[in-house]
Amino acid sequence: MSTPGMDVKGDGGTPLLEVRDLVVHHGQLRALDAISLRVFPGEVYAIIGANGAGKSTLLRTIAGLHHPTTGSVLFDGKDVTGLRPERRATKGIAMVPEGRRLFGSLSVEENLKVGATYARPGPWTIERVYEMFGWMRERRNQPTAQLSGGEQQTVAIGRALVANPRVLLLDELSLGLAPVIVQRIYGMLPQILATGLTVLLVEQDVSQALRVASRIQCLLEGRTTLEGRPADVTADQVEAAYFGLAGAAAADRPGEGSEA
Amino acid sequence: MGTVMSLITETTARPAENFRVTRSQRNVAWTGAVALIIVVVFAMFPYIVYSGTTAILVQAFIVLTLASMWNLLAGYAGLVSVGQQGFVGLGAYFVLILALHGFSPFAALPVAAIVCGVAALPLWWLVSRLRSGYFAIATWVLAATIVLIIEKFSSIGGGSGLPLPGFAGMNPTLLTAYTYWAGLAVTVAALAGIYVLLRSRLGLVLTAIRDDEVAARSSGARVGLARMLVFVVAGVGCGAAGAVLAISQLQVSPTADFSVQWTAEMAFATIIGGLGTIEGPIIGTIVYMVLQQTLQSYNAWYLIILGLVAILVALFARRGLWGLVDERLNLRLFPVGYWLRTGAGADRNGARRLLPRRARG
Amino acid sequence: MAWVNAIIQGILTGGLYALFACGLSLMFGVMKVVNLAHGDLAVIGGYIAIGIVAVTHVPVLWSFVIVVPVMALLGYVLQRTVIQTALDRGVLTTLIVTLGLSLVIENGLLQFFTANTRGIGANLALVTGAFTIGSQISIGYLLLLTFGVAVAVLLGLQYFLSRSKYGRLIRAVADDKEAAQLSGADYRHVFGIAAALALGTVALGGIAYGMYVDLDPTTGTDTILLFAFAAVVIGGLGSLWGTLVGGVVLGVAQQIGAQINISDELLAGYIVFLAVLVLRPQGLLSRRAQP
Repeated sequence: MSTPGMDVKGDGGTPLLEVRDLVVHHGQLRALDAISLRVFPGEVYAIIGANGAGKSTLLRTIAGLHHPTTGSVLFDGKDVTGLRPERRATKGIAMVPEGRRLFGSLSVEENLKVGATYARPGPWTIERVYEMFGWMRERRNQPTAQLSGGEQQTVAIGRALVANPRVLLLDELSLGLAPVIVQRIYGMLPQILATGLTVLLVEQDVSQALRVASRIQCLLEGRTTLEGRPADVTADQVEAAYFGLAGAAAADRPGEGSEA
Repeated sequence: MGTVMSLITETTARPAENFRVTRSQRNVAWTGAVALIIVVVFAMFPYIVYSGTTAILVQAFIVLTLASMWNLLAGYAGLVSVGQQGFVGLGAYFVLILALHGFSPFAALPVAAIVCGVAALPLWWLVSRLRSGYFAIATWVLAATIVLIIEKFSSIGGGSGLPLPGFAGMNPTLLTAYTYWAGLAVTVAALAGIYVLLRSRLGLVLTAIRDDEVAARSSGARVGLARMLVFVVAGVGCGAAGAVLAISQLQVSPTADFSVQWTAEMAFATIIGGLGTIEGPIIGTIVYMVLQQTLQSYNAWYLIILGLVAILVALFARRGLWGLVDERLNLRLFPVGYWLRTGAGADRNGARRLLPRRARG
Repeated sequence: MAWVNAIIQGILTGGLYALFACGLSLMFGVMKVVNLAHGDLAVIGGYIAIGIVAVTHVPVLWSFVIVVPVMALLGYVLQRTVIQTALDRGVLTTLIVTLGLSLVIENGLLQFFTANTRGIGANLALVTGAFTIGSQISIGYLLLLTFGVAVAVLLGLQYFLSRSKYGRLIRAVADDKEAAQLSGADYRHVFGIAAALALGTVALGGIAYGMYVDLDPTTGTDTILLFAFAAVVIGGLGSLWGTLVGGVVLGVAQQIGAQINISDELLAGYIVFLAVLVLRPQGLLSRRAQP
């Protein structure tokens, strides 16, 4: 999963996207409790965790749809915490929201055109999206409500791509889709990365996330319980972090988790 | 290398505390006594003030009753009606019809109010499935339709209305006094009735609807029934106000009694005073009357200012004037809330106001 | 033949009602705003036209060149300031605020212009003249022109919404304003454009109405607003051409009512409106089950 120049270790240079001590509330509920993360150019960074762990909240806050109580979001070194979502979009943060959220009364092509309205200059065009997803050109005038779940997901991705973002936020791609479809969609990540994008994704399907990510972070009840590279973590560590079973990993297996 | 961060090892449960849910007891006795004194004082007015003053007070009573009803509809049941003037007119006309058949208008007043409540039932059936904006427009069209229908009957005055019979030979001073007391009685009944309603279980349902309708429904509350009851009560209240209007004007006329102006007045008095509280309409009515009396000579200005103040209050002081007071002093003249008392002995120091929360915008 | 004439009158009046209604439908459909001041804003358009004609002696028919852009700008500003703030607070607040606006506008007009009715271009041949077919069918020039303008406006709006960048944005924001934000669109700006369109079109309606019948400060809420809502609801929310269908149904119902009894014109219209609200609130043209 690595491309040349990709910062796999995640410890050098300026992060493209950074979150510092983010605290986010839903009303009185603390959804995120001092979360930090750094995503470097060219990475695929996956955030995993159970339902309600705060993953989508994190992504939505990064995109600007949610206001943090304290903490900051930095993009390319600059603080964007106060920016409205549309301003972040024009700066190069594009999100494919949970549940697709296509424009129901617009056709496939119109959805893409909306995505391209405030696009930055770059390699992605509507034509290129048609090339990547072969079936789309034929059915570009169809209302999106008539598409299957997987097709809708690809249109949503296409809508984000045509804006030529620098970072692509993917929120629960696999939701409601058959595993084979999910794999096919994730299989397109290399093409996307090859054009210079960075990907931050949220995924409930842990094995899928581990397959595509260069680094992962696990959330539980709003806190980080694990972070590192897929190659360096064991299934038991992930399980422990995912479910919050204290001490099970460290106590039972003293030989794992050695210093890098 | 995979770093295992600190895992959550302890749950966030606290040991179950002793707690009690009680009604606010402290204020009720005081409020009751003060209210009784105020009512008695007001009842004495015809003996001590000029008839000009009692006439203004009758106007205030009408506005206060209407505002309380609109507050009940919009602030508690979530029903924004722009057609309550229909009930105002119906109340006035039912009094006329009864008076034309020989009844004393004063005796006709309660009957007219009840008939309005009955009339509210088929009207509710027409509009109950509509939501917010559509509901508002539907109530307005209903009111407009009712006027047009009434205007077709020349026996009740057609398009120009009729003077109200039944006062022949009555001493003018006595008439003024009776009118005043009728207005006072209607207002006291309306406020007392609303207070009792909101303290009842229906009131709890309404407060739940006010705060979160979906949650209210899913907890089993009979939302539809509650709303219907509120609509009927508002019909009775507005009808009674309309009856007082007819009596105070000594005539009924379709344009005056069914004017959409009534809705504007009751809505704005409520908003300015504070939506979703019983005290709000009282404050709002006072503000409204003060504005009207001081600016009346400037023609349309008081309505312009009323509208502007209502807009500003709705946008920037959503709880209204009473809300500003309430938030600072934590004061409730009409306590309908519940207190959650926790800790050993469940004393007042540990109390937190549980309900009701504030109305949403 | 009197009936045929009545029905023709009703159909053509539908054009006027469509002019009133399309802006309302736009604001309701895009922003979910029930603008209770909509009719009063039409009246303002009419009064501005009267003022312009009085001051500049521009031919009445050309007054719209100034009035429409002015009203469109007013619509944008009103939306971005007052209405957006109200929207952020909730549905109830928006209703209250637009009701307040209506009160302020009406009484403002009353205060500055008195309650006298005013007409626009009362002496024009256009306003008073008519085609006659046979002895009983008379089609007023003005009514026909208004119908034509309404159709042109609806065509223009349809083209704008389906083909242009902002038209697409308006439709996207109406579908999902958060998703539109993620694509870089400031929905407040898009709402402003929709409001500008709404007020521009309703201003045309106000001018036409001022030429057809006289205007006074209360015409907005007394007549225009209810007719506009009736046309929107009968035709179906979300359908632009539905406002024309709704307007025609309303106009025909009114004329039939007038044929039965001259004073039942308004009543007939309201009854049809109520019938649709109760029996089929989503409107005649809508394919949805709920409004």
